[in-house]
Amino acid sequence: MTATVGNPAPPAGAGETGRPAEAPRTRAIRVLLWSLRHWSVVVAGAILAVAVLWALVPGWFTHANPTAIGATDKLLPPSSAHWFGTDRLGRDQFTRVVYGARASLSGSVVAVLIGVTVGSVFGALAGWFGRWIDALVMRLIDVVLSIPGFLLAITIVVVLGYGIPQAAAAVGITSSAAFARLIRSEVLRAKTSQYVEAAVASGARSPTVLLRHVIPNSLGPTLSLVTIQFGVAIIWIASLSFLGLGAQPPSPEWGRLVADGRNFMASKPYLVVYPALTVAVVVLAGNHLARHFAERQKR
Amino acid sequence: MARHLLKRLAHAVLVLWAAYTLAFILLTALPGNAIANLINNPQNQLTPEDGKILKAFYGLDHPVVVQYLRALDALLHGNLGYSLSNGVKVSDLLGDALPGTLRLTALGFVFGAVIAAAVGVAGSYTRWNWLRTLLRSVPALAASVPSFVVGILILSGFSFELHLIPAVDNGTLLALVGPAFTLGIMISAPLSQVFSASIEATRRQPFVHVLQARGAGERYIFGHGVLRNSSLPVLTMLGLAMGELIAGSVVTEAVFARNGIGQITLNAVNTQDLPVVQGVVLVATTGYVLVNLVVDVVHPLIDPRIRADILAGRAKRIKRSTGATPVGPGVDEAMAPRLPEEVATR
Repeated sequence: MTATVGNPAPPAGAGETGRPAEAPRTRAIRVLLWSLRHWSVVVAGAILAVAVLWALVPGWFTHANPTAIGATDKLLPPSSAHWFGTDRLGRDQFTRVVYGARASLSGSVVAVLIGVTVGSVFGALAGWFGRWIDALVMRLIDVVLSIPGFLLAITIVVVLGYGIPQAAAAVGITSSAAFARLIRSEVLRAKTSQYVEAAVASGARSPTVLLRHVIPNSLGPTLSLVTIQFGVAIIWIASLSFLGLGAQPPSPEWGRLVADGRNFMASKPYLVVYPALTVAVVVLAGNHLARHFAERQKR
Repeated sequence: MARHLLKRLAHAVLVLWAAYTLAFILLTALPGNAIANLINNPQNQLTPEDGKILKAFYGLDHPVVVQYLRALDALLHGNLGYSLSNGVKVSDLLGDALPGTLRLTALGFVFGAVIAAAVGVAGSYTRWNWLRTLLRSVPALAASVPSFVVGILILSGFSFELHLIPAVDNGTLLALVGPAFTLGIMISAPLSQVFSASIEATRRQPFVHVLQARGAGERYIFGHGVLRNSSLPVLTMLGLAMGELIAGSVVTEAVFARNGIGQITLNAVNTQDLPVVQGVVLVATTGYVLVNLVVDVVHPLIDPRIRADILAGRAKRIKRSTGATPVGPGVDEAMAPRLPEEVATR
């Protein structure tokens, strides 16, 4: 699992950390040892951190304007001035990739939030109240899951219109069915637990028990699905934008950048390769963390 | 057995009806009705009389419930309505595009299954640890790279650089290889993940140790026991992969500029051609549900435990189109809850 693409080798000197066995293991050393053993997790976390910083404070990484058109520097190859080259309008591609992180990442965060929220509401209702509500919600989930996911997202985009928020909502609603199913099963499990029994016995009413005990305890196990869904949402939103159904020009977005560079694929492959690699590396990093969480949870 | 089949069939029809209704509600009944928007769009320069005629033609002058019942009635007669942009019958439009997309998805399916089988088997049986590590990371990699990126890389590498495959669809089988391979890589990720996990779990089962103790070779054990036992969760995954294939063909056909359902979908979305979108959803869902129905039917043929359950009438709501069937010890582990979700989402 450690052979991830695009990840640099472990920090130099990883092999020769001579540690005397009798030395007291301070917290710092333990953290260091853990990071050396799980270097791929650390690298994945670092990649995600950089991507998040790109989205939050793009000005730290580049001083160029992502939409400023430069008539004299069209389609320049990568150089020290333009790391990823420039596009057909002379815009610095690295700057556009950095600023594109905001659309891509915020879109997927919103999508996952919508998925978890809608999924929690339906899943909790079905699991807690059971009977016909459960039956109804489960049938609804079946129907939503029986429509191929990406196609359902496209259909919702038709209704909502183009744009990153709309694409995020479409992806979020589509993914909510999977969340609802998982949270329902977690709620069913929590329902039989002693702390819920205790809460009910001490006179708490349904909404209180649900909100204070059942839902918080059901969300933990969904963490791995959340992290996986995050990567999926990035890919889906990028795919929607690639098809022209997500981010609209001139705002930069990773899938959009790939689509824009596609016409120059034969002569200027770097226009496609860098944004494409960015998506792949970020999603890979996210999925790697997701797997790590999932494995920790199993233990 | 016949009763089981009938039950599954009835369920499939019910799901299809519900999916169609959901699409209808989404596309027609919501406020901001796009057909009306299209007619009212000043750019179309329609006189109010034209608008009335058009509305009558598309049945929009009736209340939504009547519209829905009429659409359902037409659907039962094989009529999916008419395209808003050129008035062609949606069924004709989709019927013309379907063979190309079916060829694409079929070959993509074959590629995906072959890749998954190769990665799964080689990753479990190789003696070299480095190869095992490498193959284990292949699914994660394939799941992380968007299919449009894979498609573009294949297009640029094999068409523009090496000139091995044609860059545009010229009707030959060779032109199909690139897009089908793109689809294959996309669906191979979950398949090989599940297959690897399933092989590992099966190989830990007592019957494998018994066979080993009696002197059977690894190849014999694989062919006579492990393969069949570990293919069950993969079968469920194949059904799920079908949905991804259909949806993935939208992206793949866009990358390779092929005609097909995907291209029609994209055009319909861009022109707000709702009847066509609705038709595409119905056709895609039908394909998805049909494949899952076949998976359901094949399951008891492969697994005698399920067959016994069905014959004894013990089949508790076996599995719905996307649920996973716990089919016995060992397989449970391969179907750890995170796997189906991880898959159902891309």
